[in-house]
Amino acid sequence: MRSNSSIKSIDRITVILYLVLVGFGWLNIFAANTDPEGQFVFDLSREYIKQLLWIAISFATIGVLMLIDSKFFVEFAYVFYIITTLLLIVVIFAGVEVNSARSWFQIGSFRFQPVEFAKVSTALAISRVLSRFQFSFTRFQDLLILGVVWLTPVAIIILQNDMGSSLVFFSFLLVFFREGMSPLFLVFGIVAIGIFILTLLIPNYQIELILAAAFFILLYLKKYRRHSFISLAIAAFVYGLSLLFFLERGEANHFAAIIIGMAVASVYLGFVALLRRYGALASYLLLFWGSMAFAYSSDYIYEKVLSDYQQSRIMVMLGLKEDPLGAGYNVNQSKIAIGSGGFSGKGFLQGTQTKFNFVPEQSTDFIFCTVGEEWGFMGTSTVILLFVALLLRLIFMAERQHSSFSRIYGYSVASIFFFHLLINIGMTIGLAPVIGIPLPFFSYGGSSLWGFSILLFIFVKLDTNRTELIR
Amino acid sequence: MGRSNRAILIGIIFVMVGLIFIIRLFVLQVIDPSYKYYADNNTQRKITQYPSRGLIYDRKGKLVVSNQPVYDIMVVPREVVAFDTTEFSKALDIPREELVEMLYNVKKAVRARKISGFKPSVFYKQLPASQYASFQEKLYLFKGFFAQRRTVRKYEYPNAAHVFGYVAEVNEQALKRDSYYALGDYTGISGIENSYESFLRGRKGARYVMVDVHGREKGPMRDGRMDTAAVAGKDINLSLDIDLQSYGELLMKNKIGSVIAIEPSSGEILSMVSSPGYDPALLVGRERSKNFPILSNDSLFPLLNRAIMSGYPPGSTFKTVMALIGLQEGVIRPSTTFPCSHGFHARGISVGCHTHRSPLNLIESISNSCNAYYCYTFRAVLDNPLIESPKIGMDKWKEYLNNFGFGNRLNSDFFNENRGFVPGRDYYDRIYNGSWASLTVISLSIGQGELLTTPLQMANMTAAIANKGFYYTPHIIKSIENDSLPARFNEIHYTGIDSIHFEPVIEGMAQAVSGEYGATARIARIPGIEVCGKTGTAQNPHGKDHAIFVAFAPKDNPKIAIAVYVENAGFGASTAAPIASLMIEKYLSESIHPSRTWLEQRILDLDLINNEKQ
Ligand SMILES: [Zn+2]
Repeated sequence: MRSNSSIKSIDRITVILYLVLVGFGWLNIFAANTDPEGQFVFDLSREYIKQLLWIAISFATIGVLMLIDSKFFVEFAYVFYIITTLLLIVVIFAGVEVNSARSWFQIGSFRFQPVEFAKVSTALAISRVLSRFQFSFTRFQDLLILGVVWLTPVAIIILQNDMGSSLVFFSFLLVFFREGMSPLFLVFGIVAIGIFILTLLIPNYQIELILAAAFFILLYLKKYRRHSFISLAIAAFVYGLSLLFFLERGEANHFAAIIIGMAVASVYLGFVALLRRYGALASYLLLFWGSMAFAYSSDYIYEKVLSDYQQSRIMVMLGLKEDPLGAGYNVNQSKIAIGSGGFSGKGFLQGTQTKFNFVPEQSTDFIFCTVGEEWGFMGTSTVILLFVALLLRLIFMAERQHSSFSRIYGYSVASIFFFHLLINIGMTIGLAPVIGIPLPFFSYGGSSLWGFSILLFIFVKLDTNRTELIR
Repeated sequence: MGRSNRAILIGIIFVMVGLIFIIRLFVLQVIDPSYKYYADNNTQRKITQYPSRGLIYDRKGKLVVSNQPVYDIMVVPREVVAFDTTEFSKALDIPREELVEMLYNVKKAVRARKISGFKPSVFYKQLPASQYASFQEKLYLFKGFFAQRRTVRKYEYPNAAHVFGYVAEVNEQALKRDSYYALGDYTGISGIENSYESFLRGRKGARYVMVDVHGREKGPMRDGRMDTAAVAGKDINLSLDIDLQSYGELLMKNKIGSVIAIEPSSGEILSMVSSPGYDPALLVGRERSKNFPILSNDSLFPLLNRAIMSGYPPGSTFKTVMALIGLQEGVIRPSTTFPCSHGFHARGISVGCHTHRSPLNLIESISNSCNAYYCYTFRAVLDNPLIESPKIGMDKWKEYLNNFGFGNRLNSDFFNENRGFVPGRDYYDRIYNGSWASLTVISLSIGQGELLTTPLQMANMTAAIANKGFYYTPHIIKSIENDSLPARFNEIHYTGIDSIHFEPVIEGMAQAVSGEYGATARIARIPGIEVCGKTGTAQNPHGKDHAIFVAFAPKDNPKIAIAVYVENAGFGASTAAPIASLMIEKYLSESIHPSRTWLEQRILDLDLINNEKQ
């Protein structure tokens, strides 16, 4: 390892983008927290002073990261992963509760969230798994290992009741997609979200009908015309019979009648598939019953697993419910604040909406409101352009890596940033549900800034060895 | 799909999301004017809706405490623009200099970050409704100011201040203790305003309104969907009889002391006078800050509720309880007589007595108020041969007193009751190093010595005698709107003395008022009403003795039990008994018999405060 050339080959564009984002982010935290006169008070209880401290700590950490051998990150990926996973468990018992989530350690006035570091270590561990020799998305053993490494932190974070952070881990799907996972999974994901929303909108038996109809149309289109007609007839006949049976007992149970009808039809189709060796037909059957099960379980999860508060947030996001004092209120206030900024903004420190405390959590999750109000469309679009530039730069850098570990890690970094951006900015402008996750480099909060800096600069460090195969 | 194509696809996703966000922001910030309109031309203001406090009625349903509107002038410092201070000070009816000073203080508070520049703070508290009318017309001239309606108490009678207590802004302790309160909220500080705060206060609401840059309301925010209505406090009925109360305060004018009347069958307090008192209106709104220091620095302590907070020796009125203890312990019988030769004399200890025939039986001993009789009785209780030692006798004696409600708080509606003091074995062991006998503490037998009771406890004792053996915890609450009374007011407390023993004691009290020979309280006679009473004198080491009188009437099926304390008035029959009898007469027959108007006039003319000083 030649550390001299390594320093020279640091990606300047990334560093500059990072510095600009962190600097602009700090100005907005200052604006959101300062008193009306805009005086700079050097007082450690002030958020902007604390954030300044965290910026210094982040810079120092970056310095250290630059001196560490790239191999270290590869070799210790699993060790980091295990340590942070243990921390995630410990915080459930030893942490403090903030916004009903037990995800913070508190030592004196110093607080940090281990999940910020779990993101980094999980990215490293996943990179390790995916860069194994001859890893394949079709080999069961590989998928199992990947699934365990990927979903263990998610499960623990759900136990912490920190839904927002657990969702971040789903950004790795983009990485998997880049590394060869079938695009069908992305399609499945979208279909799954569609079914989930449908379960909230309409009664269960109507979803069954829609799924059944989609199934028969699929069969018809895929040249199983005759069997689609026969099975449809069977299903309809059995459905009618069972409904009569249920009516006899005094209940119009469409739900069960459809299931019975489709079950008998499936038995017929199963025999056909077996006798004629129609592999595709069998997989469609599996797909149909899989979606049925998903529809049922998502309904169950929504009713039984999600809290009223989470239910209400989802309903508000879907526009199914007005909740002026809850989630809807926050979004409305946030939109007013951003909208009031106009094209060029009210000017630095001139925002009134955010200072009125109308906007909740104005320096953390809703910091983008301050950007919108004080810097206007010029400011918001610049921030988005800067972030998109950073994301594209990360893809570009990832693609130039000789080592697949570095490439995968680069994509992980880009995907995590992307997800935060998508949800955080999306929620302030009413395009995404209100999920409390920070805007990278902007939101106030030491461990998030520190975590994002480490996440990014491990990649910047790996990138200095881009022409080498790091093992 | 090749891998590099996938990289491009991911890049496209990133760019697309960025583009969607930018388009959305362009719509939000540049094209759609509605959000700008909301924020620029309007700001939201959360207006706390203060509920009106529950009304207070007396036992006959007369309204005694109600509410009146006042207006807090609020300021949003950041919205203030230069205005005519002369005009403003005229509108508020304060000197211009004072206004300028207040404005300067606001500026200072904003700079020191004590108040927000963007949120409303109180600028001028409790502008009376009469002044507000003219102020409101000029309000548009003063940008950044607006008025918030509050209600403060209005007292329909200038009486019963100690009963009601007063309402003031919450202090920091209350803020910490109860999350309901916010800075600037009102709460009951003393009296029933404090005891029944949770019923009287109601529940605050909030209104969200849009206001324009001039501070004028432009209508409800989001059609009022976020608003919550204030819920008015619950009305309460007191057992207080406001007419009797006013009359009692009138009689006690220029005297120090207290009068407490209780309905024996329920424990309801009919009247609670503490003199000198004050007009409750003095502690309302802007008046309070001016009057409170004056009242609290007054040497006669008008803020002190003597009826529950002062402890006096019960004096001779205690003989009734002493007789009951003797009867229950079996050491005397109604026919028991004891000699009295100007008092009780034993082993060098003497307790004097006035001149009367000797010996006397139990009934005569009460009506004549013989000291010797009770010295003998007390000794008989403590030195009872059936018990091991006088100390155990002392324990028994103390237990009886506790059962009568002495020595502990009665747990009435008033939280600041004095416990009084009942000395016991431990106490005397301590001060006499363990060697004492019944003679040592003989003065307890006639209600002197270390024994201390409050007027409320004395009225309660009288009620227990009237009831022949039990009492209800004295209370002044009669009913709460849609709610039930605290359970403790429905519990019967037994004195531990059989009702049969009350007959001779009550007869003695009746004889004291209407008896022929030696009746000590003849002055309390009321035509047509059989009054049972007992005089008393509480020794006062600092000056003239305090006069005490306890009584109930009528003898059968008593409707009122009363205790009267008049400080520095000497013998109980002179002042306390007339006041008690006038109160009883007023309550039972609503007017004073012509044959007794001279007595009423004498009491009204009596001035023990200013004469004393002359
Ligand atoms: Zn005598």
